[in-house]
Amino acid sequence: MTTNKTFLGVPVARPKVGFFELSSCEGCQLQLLNNEATLLDFLSLVEIVRFREGMKEAGDEYEIAFIEGSITRADEEERLKNIRAKAKLVVALGSCACFGGVNQLKNRFNDLEWVKKEVYSSFPIDTQEVKPLSAVIKVDLEIYGCPIKKEEVERIVTALVLGEEIHHPQYPVCMECKARENICLFDLGEPCLGPVTRAGCDAWCPSNRLGCWGCRGPAPEANLARLQIIMAERGISPERMMDRLECFGGFADFVAEVKGKKEDGR
Amino acid sequence: MLFKVFPVVELIRLFQILAANRIVGPVKKGEDQHGRSLYDFGVVHDFSDLRLDYTQTIHSAKNYFLPYREDLCSFTVQDGDWHKEVDYGAYAPLVLFGLHSCDINALNKLDKVLLGGRYPNPFYGEKRANMFIVGHSCNPQPYCFCKSMGTDSALRGFDLFLTRMDDLYFAEILSSRAFHLLEQIDCREPDSSEHRRYLDEMEAKESQFVAHVDTSDLTKILDLEFQAPVWKEWGEKCLSCGTCAQVCPTCYCYGVEEHVDMVFTHARKEKQLYSCNLLDFAVVAGGHNFRPESHTRLKYRYYHKHRGFVEAFEESLCVGCGRCGQSCLAHITVPEVIASVRASK
Repeated sequence: MTTNKTFLGVPVARPKVGFFELSSCEGCQLQLLNNEATLLDFLSLVEIVRFREGMKEAGDEYEIAFIEGSITRADEEERLKNIRAKAKLVVALGSCACFGGVNQLKNRFNDLEWVKKEVYSSFPIDTQEVKPLSAVIKVDLEIYGCPIKKEEVERIVTALVLGEEIHHPQYPVCMECKARENICLFDLGEPCLGPVTRAGCDAWCPSNRLGCWGCRGPAPEANLARLQIIMAERGISPERMMDRLECFGGFADFVAEVKGKKEDGR
Repeated sequence: MLFKVFPVVELIRLFQILAANRIVGPVKKGEDQHGRSLYDFGVVHDFSDLRLDYTQTIHSAKNYFLPYREDLCSFTVQDGDWHKEVDYGAYAPLVLFGLHSCDINALNKLDKVLLGGRYPNPFYGEKRANMFIVGHSCNPQPYCFCKSMGTDSALRGFDLFLTRMDDLYFAEILSSRAFHLLEQIDCREPDSSEHRRYLDEMEAKESQFVAHVDTSDLTKILDLEFQAPVWKEWGEKCLSCGTCAQVCPTCYCYGVEEHVDMVFTHARKEKQLYSCNLLDFAVVAGGHNFRPESHTRLKYRYYHKHRGFVEAFEESLCVGCGRCGQSCLAHITVPEVIASVRASK
């Protein structure tokens, strides 16, 4: 493996990184392994000391921690704090880590004890309200998506190693969807969160004729008020729209706002 | 200009002669939920895929000469040295078959700004130089307002323009290439009755327009109404999603990003078509955003199209194709925005 890498004659350090998982499917980490064509290049960029999906060793010395998953147990909070204490840079990898992800769907129910009983019956299991990493520790960088887009991770990690500023697209998915010259999902009668969701996925789902579910969370300027009108005009029920907005947890603030209004009105 | 007529059945021969090159034309993309056909420009391999009866394509043809993403240059780093490569991306002639007048006029406008200035854009210029354009007559749709923009007919910017007259095509010839092409098919001089028929066709088309934009004194009105409250109303609707610019045949604004590969031996500078409606369009070095509010960005889109460009080139940058309004989920259409600004009190 290459060591002593340089860029334009300037030595570039190969940081030690660890991959960690809290409650998640570990699919984001698998995404990285799936990219076989560039896997060796990726490995030349960083020194991986810990990666459960790809190696036996589990080193404890790392500068960058990539953490997948959300917090659903008290011991995960402790583990997370320990990782934070060791790592110089903590990266939330994927929607679970950034927003709670699919796991946080259970937070919709007021009675979490009931949820636990429905799912696990009498099996003794520790599970609590789902939280994103940022609810417990300081997160330095978020990489969005369910799953993450490996090309984007590679771009971000390259920038990290080179000490460049990390840029996330400031525009919604529509911009990328139009560049792929797709038929608008709304023209097909499908709901889509593309107009309000942060881009960077290259309109992955809409390009496969699946309306966006907002896994990357809101674009910095998401006109959700207008989205409600767009959905209503097309006969898409508010419940259907809320199902999408609630799915990954990125739109939690807006969802809370809408639910709050509903309760006030009762 | 030279005129010829030929039977409609001859068109396939014309297509086949041109098919030695890559042909891009209107094709059916699918259907919307109501069963209406949706069209886009695409590479046409089979004459039967060419849909010259298309209403309007969802996107313009610009991806073929002004791609959404394009590398401006790439770098190879080796042995302490680096080497720069520039690829204009123009390898083969391109036939654009079936452009409507609006899209031909869009090319003419892009030529003015991208080729006519002090620093011509070679990426665009190389692709433009090797193009053969066959225009085709259209049936104005309810959202078309090209007539208001003076782009409902094309006077230049094509090799051949075909107007359908039942079983005949009335051909306008602007280049020797087109003249020699027509020599290879069964075609003849039009007689005076066919001249008449052509003019009747033009007249019939004129009466079909529904949407209009009053452009009289528009540059001055836009200046006077810079603070008009209607801009805020449109801004509240705007999704800041960039769809209008992406489907627009004349939007050419862009951003540039540099990418280094993971082994540090290659880098590239990538251009991405951008939109003035996007949140960070007017962010400058140091981080200040000159247009943080949606309505200010939307306003500048209109000011560029209908004021700035007019002052610079004595014509609007909008060709009235109506694509932006058709694609806008928030129903922001040029005729309605301009009318609301004009009516502003």
